[in-house]
Amino acid sequence: MAKKMRLVLILLAFLLVFSGTSFADEVPIGVYEPLTGPMAAGGQMTLEGIRLAHELYPTVLGKEVRLFVEDNKTDKAEAALTVSRLIELRNVVAIVGTYGSSLAMSGGPVAETAGIPVMGCSPTHPLVTQGNDYYFRACFIDPFQGYIMATYAYETLGARKVAILQDIAQDYSVGLAHFFRQAFVELTGDPTSVVGMSSYQTLDTDFTAQLTYLRGLDPDAIFAPGYYGDVALLVTQARELGIGVPFLGGDACEAPEFIEIGGAYVEGVAISTHYSADAPVTDESSKFVAAFIEKYGHSPSAFAALGYDAYRLILDAIERAGSTDPGAIRDALAETYRFEGATGYITMDEDGNAVKTGVILEVKDGEFVYGGSVEPR
Amino acid sequence: MTLTHFFQHLANAVYLGSLYALIAIGYTMVYGILRLINFAHGELLIVGAFIAYYGILIFHLPWWLSFIIAIALGALVGMSLERVAYRPLRERGAPRISLLVSAIGASFFLQNLGLVIIGGRHKSFYRPPFFAQTLQLGDVTVMNFLFILPIITIIILGIVFLLVYRSKTGMAMRALAKDYPTARLMGININRIIAYTFALGSALAAIGGIMYALRYPAIHPLAGVLPGLKCFIAAVVGGIGNVPGAVLGGFILGMLEIMGIAFFPHLAGYRDAIAFIVLIIILSFKPTGLLGEQVVEKV
Repeated sequence: MAKKMRLVLILLAFLLVFSGTSFADEVPIGVYEPLTGPMAAGGQMTLEGIRLAHELYPTVLGKEVRLFVEDNKTDKAEAALTVSRLIELRNVVAIVGTYGSSLAMSGGPVAETAGIPVMGCSPTHPLVTQGNDYYFRACFIDPFQGYIMATYAYETLGARKVAILQDIAQDYSVGLAHFFRQAFVELTGDPTSVVGMSSYQTLDTDFTAQLTYLRGLDPDAIFAPGYYGDVALLVTQARELGIGVPFLGGDACEAPEFIEIGGAYVEGVAISTHYSADAPVTDESSKFVAAFIEKYGHSPSAFAALGYDAYRLILDAIERAGSTDPGAIRDALAETYRFEGATGYITMDEDGNAVKTGVILEVKDGEFVYGGSVEPR
Repeated sequence: MTLTHFFQHLANAVYLGSLYALIAIGYTMVYGILRLINFAHGELLIVGAFIAYYGILIFHLPWWLSFIIAIALGALVGMSLERVAYRPLRERGAPRISLLVSAIGASFFLQNLGLVIIGGRHKSFYRPPFFAQTLQLGDVTVMNFLFILPIITIIILGIVFLLVYRSKTGMAMRALAKDYPTARLMGININRIIAYTFALGSALAAIGGIMYALRYPAIHPLAGVLPGLKCFIAAVVGGIGNVPGAVLGGFILGMLEIMGIAFFPHLAGYRDAIAFIVLIIILSFKPTGLLGEQVVEKV
């Protein structure tokens, strides 16, 4: 009896493992995103866009596309694991992901070794694609984003002295802080115009010590290039400490949670991002917004739009390559030229980055409001 | 650093310290009586916070009622945890290390159950406006919270003392802490007393969780891991099993974290490293913790 049970269990385990394996008439595409953990909102928003794109464009080369979604749990080790799971277990021909530059930098080398192309939706750190021939992305990179916010601080806010509060555990945050600093010093011509810099780590919840320190330096504005949950809490604590200066953030602040947590405290915070539903750039944008609102009942975030574009970029490459061979897809992706996406026309540069317009959003009356566009330099 | 800034840092440190102290009391109480480190304490914090959150959101309860219900249900969750994860092992005479592993398992179970039921995204915790009101003391800005939190910590300290030292159940708890078999011979229902202890410890966890969520109003199922770990360490530094020691340890940890940044702002990224180096030094001089007693091994 016990032996029989064991046999059944082993069979069941085999079934579980191989149930997800795809068949010859399908094109398996992997997705790895942080669906839980501190970046869950980002991953889930991106996935909304990917699922919508899959629904609207379910086939390529006459074959069904099958999506395999893995949760990387906002964990760098898990990110590498999910990529190898997608490649080895699901035999995917291409991968979409991931929100969070550190996660992408951890998954990237695994895909490169296996020779499977990855289309990043929103990881903006330059090193995600640099030196990795198989990583591409649908978004701009942080040197440009740093420039957008530095210009906003200098010209729109008239700030001459800024302070920076970065998340030292995130490559994205450290990189963006660096590029912002560079751009701001270039604008003012004064290396001391960035009066101070302080750090925290992901999962920290108390920022009062750093904020009290920065307040003592008397900046005109504070740049906080962290993720939405942390920045919402730190702006709240700054206001409670009586710090009234404007706060600026990067694209990782764009999440409904940012406003839910921050409430009235985050009013007036300005962030840079990839896209705004209020300012459609292509015909595809309008189509995307309409379909998205019909499916989900709310307006899409920039990450949903990037997820949508990332999926479609892979399909476009498969079609141009005329094959589902990962190497051929990679080569076709590298040649992407003026692809009409929801977030704008996408052309890959030599590193595999999209060169695109940036958008500024401001929090007004509890909503992100379009505050202008910045063209690439 | 000007004097004003120093006082602002001091106020910040008192917030954080009293929060850590409050949570550490729960840890140390369960350990002091059962000699069991309840690693699921951090998750019980979040369970309490989420019950309060949903009480307000779904059942539209007034916040104070929702908090009271959350504390009561939190105690119930703790008791069921004990019934399912600890009692069966204890009754089979499992060694202490197995109970510890079971506690870690319970912690992971609760985290992942939370992820499945609630999802991993942050929830914004409701704050009664009264708590978040700020006061201006000279140039130092503080929230009402600064006064509420230490008062709550002291009241809870008083209640725990009354329960443990002035009630019959408390006497049974202390007897249990000394010796299980003898306590049983004296007619003490061991299982019931242990269940009480867990209920008390979990109620304390729920209070701590609610206070934590009021201060940092972004909760998710994994939010209890870090405060749980830090307060466990605070309890150890104060001398695990010793309630005033837990309060002392909590305040020391809070003070170290804030003052580490205040005095070395450029090393802010190493905040935890600085705090824990100091704690290691303390422990290397006082291995049983600051107020911990020397345990005499019985032959």
